[in-house]
Amino acid sequence: MSRLATLLGLSQGSEDQQRLQMAFQESNRAKTPTRQTTNLKMSPIKYYYDLMSQPSRALFIIFRLSGMPFEDRVVALRNGEHLTDDFKRDINRFQRVPCINDNGNKLAESVAILRYLSAKGKIPEHLYPKYFVDQSRVDEFLEWHHISLRLTCAMYFRTVWLEPLLTGRTPTEAKIEMMRMHMERNLDVVEEVWLESSDFLTGPTLRVADIFAACEIEQTRMADYDVRIKYPKIRAWLKRVRQSCNPHYDVAHEFVYKISGTGPQAKL
Amino acid sequence: MSKAIKYYYDFLSQPSRALWIGMKLGKIPFDDCPVALRKREHLTDEYKKINRFQKVPAIVDGNFQLSESVAIVRYLSDKGQFSEKLYPKSLEARARVDEFLEWQHLGIRVPCGLFFRSVWLYPVNGIAPMPKTEKIQKLVKDVETNLEFVERLWLEKDFLIGDQLTVADIFGASEINQMKLCQYNVSEKQFPKVAKWLARVRESSNPYFDEAHNFVYEKSKQAVSAKV
Repeated sequence: MSRLATLLGLSQGSEDQQRLQMAFQESNRAKTPTRQTTNLKMSPIKYYYDLMSQPSRALFIIFRLSGMPFEDRVVALRNGEHLTDDFKRDINRFQRVPCINDNGNKLAESVAILRYLSAKGKIPEHLYPKYFVDQSRVDEFLEWHHISLRLTCAMYFRTVWLEPLLTGRTPTEAKIEMMRMHMERNLDVVEEVWLESSDFLTGPTLRVADIFAACEIEQTRMADYDVRIKYPKIRAWLKRVRQSCNPHYDVAHEFVYKISGTGPQAKL
Repeated sequence: MSKAIKYYYDFLSQPSRALWIGMKLGKIPFDDCPVALRKREHLTDEYKKINRFQKVPAIVDGNFQLSESVAIVRYLSDKGQFSEKLYPKSLEARARVDEFLEWQHLGIRVPCGLFFRSVWLYPVNGIAPMPKTEKIQKLVKDVETNLEFVERLWLEKDFLIGDQLTVADIFGASEINQMKLCQYNVSEKQFPKVAKWLARVRESSNPYFDEAHNFVYEKSKQAVSAKV
């Protein structure tokens, strides 16, 4: 400080120097808390997930593609880690994954999380557009997929893979057929309507819609369903999605590949 | 640009009612384009040109077509044509409403919709016989598991997201009300918060709430003033 004062041609103890010192202190005071607040704000979100869950995988891939730092909080569903009272109280009252904690702000539901992080500027626009007209196209898919693609793929997976594993009982052929029919009715819509005239679901390039959808469809591999046989467009599109998302796509699907006993490109 | 959007809907569809009530409350002008599902008007080639998924609700704004009620709410909101009170613009408040809107698909819409379809829509229209008591009980159980979530987890305050009515409430109430057609009324004893909340939502969004639900009320042969 005194050296600076000398350089500025001020003598020690002069009024000017005092004023300068005060100004410095002032600016330091102003700076310090700002820096602290920024540091607090910068702490990465905590991401609670299990790669066995489809929307968990989707967000995982999206975060990785976005280069968004996050704190890894793996929740082992198979060990019932989401069913504890602690989890319910501190992490997600709905006791599911995925969910996040952004500096105390807890949020569940994958699509709500995606929209929240996009509004915070964490998701690149090419994955989830900001311009409302383009965004609404992606939203249209995301809202459509819950009770159509997601529900029916998940029911098929549950009936053929999960329930027999949990109960030791094999489902009847008729039940499997019915589940398959429901699922294929929606795969038909993906093949014929969503992929009618574009390389990806909501336009010519990869968007979050594709990632959510692919994660749902990949899950059926574990139930020995091969979507690639009946659906040539879905087959080609899945390849494109995987290519556009790798290496993260394969990391997220490691479990799925392993459990289904199929490599990423293998036929079932 | 200033031309009103065209709104394609049927009051027999839960999200159609919800969006209609939301737009009316927000005083959003729109061209009324009812699509009679019971006459299968949504399955015509003409309607396919309006909505390739052949469902309601849908909108046409100039030459822009959009389906999916929640996507439509967001589109209109971003265009400045949806009440900010009903769908907030601030980051955190919006995330809370979104959390519900995303949850309700599988949490409310699927169980209530399945019950409605199996116990009213299909038997009334001769598509399928009335299910066995056992099956009905299972459907009711699925509904009530989720009403329990609404009661214990969502309704910490007067409305689903805090102290004020938002689209979340309108979507939720529209789904739950539809079950009146199956003679299912939310029990005040079993779900006291949900029952009071349903009445509150109706009150806060009337006269539009009743207008949109007129068909449901009539068909379920219950006086509008009946307790929910």
